[in-house]
Amino acid sequence: MQDLLPEDMLRFRLIEDVFRTCCLNWGYQEVRTPTLEYLHLFTATGTLTPSMLSKVYSFLDWDGWSGERVVLRPDGTIPVARLYIDNLSGQELARLFYVTNIFAFEGTGKENRERWQCGAEFFGGAKLAPDVEIILLAEEVIRRLGISNVGLQLSHAGLVKALLKELKLSPGEEAKMTNRILEGNWQALTKAKSTNPEIERLIAALLGLKGKSSSFLYNVRASFPKASQDFKSSLEDLINVTTLLDNLGCSYKIDITAIHGFEYYTGICFQFLAAGEKIGGGGRYDSLVPFMNGEDIPACGFALYVDPIMKLLPLEKERRGDCGILVKGKELTPEIVKTCFAVAESLRDAGHPAELDFTGRKESNYRWVVLVSGKEPSPFVLTDCIQRRRRDAASIAEILKVVSEG
Amino acid sequence: MRNYQAGYIKLALPKGRFLSPTASLLAEIGLGFQDYSDKTKQYRIRSARFPSLSAKILQEKDISIQVAVGNYDLGICGLDWIEEFLVKYPAGALVKISSLNYGEGSVHVVASAESGIANLNDLSDGRNDYRIVTEYPNLAEAFALNLRMRRFRIFPVWGAAEAYPPENADLAVLWGKSGADIATQGLIPLKRLLPVTAFLIANRESLENKDLSQILTCFAAKLTAEPPTSIENGLDISEELKVSRTLWQAKEINLALPDGHQQAPASQFLKQAGLALQGYSEEVSSRRPSADLDWLGIKVIRPQDMPLQVANSNFDLAITGEDWLLEHLYRFPSSPVKKLFALGFGTVKIVAAVSQEMPVADIDELRSLVQSSKFAPLKVASEYINIADRYLRDNHINPYKLIPTWGASEAFLPEDADMLIDNAQTGKTLKQHKLKIIDVLFRSSACLIANKDSLASPDKKEKMEFLTQKLRAGLL
Repeated sequence: MQDLLPEDMLRFRLIEDVFRTCCLNWGYQEVRTPTLEYLHLFTATGTLTPSMLSKVYSFLDWDGWSGERVVLRPDGTIPVARLYIDNLSGQELARLFYVTNIFAFEGTGKENRERWQCGAEFFGGAKLAPDVEIILLAEEVIRRLGISNVGLQLSHAGLVKALLKELKLSPGEEAKMTNRILEGNWQALTKAKSTNPEIERLIAALLGLKGKSSSFLYNVRASFPKASQDFKSSLEDLINVTTLLDNLGCSYKIDITAIHGFEYYTGICFQFLAAGEKIGGGGRYDSLVPFMNGEDIPACGFALYVDPIMKLLPLEKERRGDCGILVKGKELTPEIVKTCFAVAESLRDAGHPAELDFTGRKESNYRWVVLVSGKEPSPFVLTDCIQRRRRDAASIAEILKVVSEG
Repeated sequence: MRNYQAGYIKLALPKGRFLSPTASLLAEIGLGFQDYSDKTKQYRIRSARFPSLSAKILQEKDISIQVAVGNYDLGICGLDWIEEFLVKYPAGALVKISSLNYGEGSVHVVASAESGIANLNDLSDGRNDYRIVTEYPNLAEAFALNLRMRRFRIFPVWGAAEAYPPENADLAVLWGKSGADIATQGLIPLKRLLPVTAFLIANRESLENKDLSQILTCFAAKLTAEPPTSIENGLDISEELKVSRTLWQAKEINLALPDGHQQAPASQFLKQAGLALQGYSEEVSSRRPSADLDWLGIKVIRPQDMPLQVANSNFDLAITGEDWLLEHLYRFPSSPVKKLFALGFGTVKIVAAVSQEMPVADIDELRSLVQSSKFAPLKVASEYINIADRYLRDNHINPYKLIPTWGASEAFLPEDADMLIDNAQTGKTLKQHKLKIIDVLFRSSACLIANKDSLASPDKKEKMEFLTQKLRAGLL
């Protein structure tokens, strides 16, 4: 758990503003879901893994004698999918975005139990163009935030599922292997013994090689002609997306392990990395809406993780320093206090942030300081803190004129 | 910061099922405690051989928690309660040292023979909302999550989980001697979660920093490799268990009667009221007694569990204690459970008590003492968590920490808690343990409770009134 201090909030709002602007420009609409949701929304197969579910904050509500538990939202996508099913499923397409906090227990003390996400979901968009759309939208947000050296990694949930199927594990073993993989233990896949050496070769190749263009995928297709139909069809899907990205000049790395914690992905998956940390991820999840008893609606989406992104943004210099104005009363007489409030109100009405001070403390980090003495003929002294110049002013109108001219 | 130099080693020993075999084991390995027997009335016992070793006799459910929080360095208790703790708090401070190789039975997931659930696949494939009743809510939740059950609700109970399926629960997670034993209760064992053997456990910090070697050496000959703690595949039921089918039929009105201490006076009361029951006496006791009213279904469960069960419409009426009703209503203020009338037996006082050594005479003086930081936070042991929480808040005791217990809260004072909130009949037990009452919260006796919706239901109203009138007659 952590506090967000004024400087953190400047970064937070910058991320939020850039994200909101980009999403609105791409035709996405903002939604907000409740912090408390029912637990069963997240226990349905194919949503969160048992390991993630063991870390959710769930409890009986004050009217929870029926045993129905509520949960502090542990994920952003599932509640938005519920919102879509409950309210917007009549729409052929729904492009939605949100800024939300999610909660999960974290026992190491290294991370927060409350984390923030900026997410966008595209319901009704069948594969290819919408897949590319969400990748490019996420990339645009990251670019506009000025974060450099960002890596985009691509994978495909269908490829992983096809490989698991080929291992011919028992249903229990397959579920365990899926959990291990989703928790990041990809080595478990190499340790699984297959009766088919071709599969072991394929797994070793996909875990060992990282391609940088669709050519790599063409090579995989050519090297493993005996791979299963499911594998081939997922590979084709990934080839189509990467070819489009190649044509659009978008650089990426193909890394089969670029699937993070969620089991609901069915198609392309991606994640963004910067300074060694994951700063976002997403993918296609065509089964989620039908699984939650909605119609058979394809969907894809992504989330950017606000907490690591905040660390990457350059320390914002005090924004107040650019435009803030301090209105100081020389004395604490009723007349001077009244005049100070009037000056500050006029400045605010003209669009300038204005702060009041009657303590006589030494001012810092302001663009202008207006000292109100109330003595005619120059009841105001205006200081330009950048030019380090002082001048008298006879009226509020004169102050406004000087400040506006900069 | 804990003191590792003092050399005192604290051991938590179990009451109940493991008391006898544990006492024998300790005697055999030269760690015997003279007063560790079924007959003892003490909680604190000292080792004759090791002056630095002291032990306390606790409820098994409390031992894993008490060792984890560091009140005890070592403990002995059943694997079921250890895993119940560890499955929820895997990163906690509890370390399993070794199985002690005695114990009996296993924790099973069971379904009623009437439920139509024959194996685990039926559970993960289905879209039903499964009700799971259990004394092991954490183990039950982990089981449901790992099986990817899409929708489930867990009803923690104080006991008698086997009595709930099929009408009041779809599944139960409970202890059973064997699959065959479970089958005789009309239940199908679907999966064996873990075998219940006694385990030696330790607090991690103690094990890492304190010299416990003298004591551990005594156990050396008994320490063995850990037996499997979970069995991956469902229990092999190819041995064709003979599941005895309980003849169960839905009844119009359902009444819950208490087991335990309340059973004898409740049975007496019902006799007085002229309600003839078969299977609810000291001689013949069944979980499903029958009455001479063909529309009345009766089940015997723990009084602690009744308000929640009545709120869920599993029962229309129940005989429980006013204490447990209040405990429920503090947790669920809008619950549809209503007290109809007190029955005049099983009267106890719910009291706040502290050690006789504590220099306070009432709750106001205690508040001042806590404010002076001498006992901050105040550690309060209680089996009535919601009543205790409300009482402490209403009396502006701040800060405080609640220690949930499963009865016998007096065992916790003064070492592991500063105050208890518990029931007392005469106060004699409290005095014996050098405790004094500083406040009486309220008096509680057995009462008849009802579901408000059942009372208002046109289909049930007449029979509910008939039954309550009949029971009211027992008061005269």
